[in-house]
Amino acid sequence: MQIKILGSGCANCAALEQRTREALADLHLTADISKVTDYGEIAGYGVMRTPALVVDEQVLLAGRVPDRATVTGLLTAAAPRAS
Amino acid sequence: MTIPVCDIAELGGAPASGARVRAVALARRVAPLLLAATGWLAVYRLNGPLWDAVVYKLAGLDPSSRLGSGLHFFCYDTVKIALLLTGIIFVVTVLRSYVTLERTRALLGGRREGVGNVAAAGLGVVTPFCSCSAVPAFIGFVAAGVPIGVTLSFLIASPLVNEVAIVLLYGLFGFKIAALYVASGLLIAIVAGWVLGRLHVERWVEPFVFQTTLHGRQVAPGQPLSWSDRMALGREEVKTILRKIWPYLLVGIGLGALIHGWAPEDFFARWAGPDNPLAPLVAVGVGVPLYSNAAGVLPLVQALQAKGLAMGTVLAFMMSTVALSLPEMILLRRVLRPKLLAAFVGVVAVAILATGYLFNLIL
Repeated sequence: MQIKILGSGCANCAALEQRTREALADLHLTADISKVTDYGEIAGYGVMRTPALVVDEQVLLAGRVPDRATVTGLLTAAAPRAS
Repeated sequence: MTIPVCDIAELGGAPASGARVRAVALARRVAPLLLAATGWLAVYRLNGPLWDAVVYKLAGLDPSSRLGSGLHFFCYDTVKIALLLTGIIFVVTVLRSYVTLERTRALLGGRREGVGNVAAAGLGVVTPFCSCSAVPAFIGFVAAGVPIGVTLSFLIASPLVNEVAIVLLYGLFGFKIAALYVASGLLIAIVAGWVLGRLHVERWVEPFVFQTTLHGRQVAPGQPLSWSDRMALGREEVKTILRKIWPYLLVGIGLGALIHGWAPEDFFARWAGPDNPLAPLVAVGVGVPLYSNAAGVLPLVQALQAKGLAMGTVLAFMMSTVALSLPEMILLRRVLRPKLLAAFVGVVAVAILATGYLFNLIL
């Protein structure tokens, strides 16, 4: 699973990354997490509100920091496709 | 994971019991809100009498003394403004969760300048937007074919006509001033965006903005929000904003209290009253480099106005503090060349200045 956190490095992006790592740990999944801070690239995903969560090139969430349960749900839904 | 209340209602079996389940679900949604609203109203009403009793009766301070009136102003205003903010931010956030930046962009996509500027300014007020997203939003708008001037109208209106400021102005100065603030803020955003569009500023936008492609895909709007999501968003927003602005708020109210209690009645009237034609200029000159949240600057504005500053002058001061902020300029520098950034600041500052003079003339 390829996970990208889109955002220019604000506090919200760090929070989203933290939640994502926690959710991955809960699910016993491993994934490559990378940060995308380049504005051109962020906009390329069609994202206008940061932070955004991209899993395997799919934008799953943008514009807010979701709670851990939401991230867990999103990752669970995305996981079967990946493996 | 808990199942949202609405889902239970929608799953209800037979029509009759379905209706009852729906009614129960509705009551479960409304009851906590009603309870919170009642509690809020009670505290709001008790705020004045409470501090009258504590400051004047219990502590025995004279209402006409500096310390007495200053302290009363500080305590009363802190509670009042904190209450107003909590209520407003929550309600506005929940309402705004029904509008998205993506939908706003779709609405603006086909517009020409002129009508587009008007629509952008209006949407800038109602769309939930954080200035930390200014850059991706700018690129997203431009890449979707929204003209630069229209995009700028949106970016100007969004911080300038601030919902917190609207309600605080209403609470502190009444309906007329709040309405004037909204109308002038919209006008500034429309005119400034239109003027910048006319200047053909495309050449002053960083070229990568135009090279950005959306890979041909539409923006995923993310997950649909449930009612409890919206409630949680509202609570989160209240916490976030209060945590962010409380120092501004206390400093603002503290300064307000000092001015309220200690500055002589005609101190500001003499230096920056309605008769001084330079007053709005000074106010905007001081306000542009300063950056504060509307909630922080308004208690100060109230005290200044009470001491004889003209309404137009204090409004111009407030708008220039709120609309133009250094952090946002630094972010926007990534997409706007310095010339356009300077034009942006210049046009907005001049527009605010003009409104200040206009208000001083008509009020």
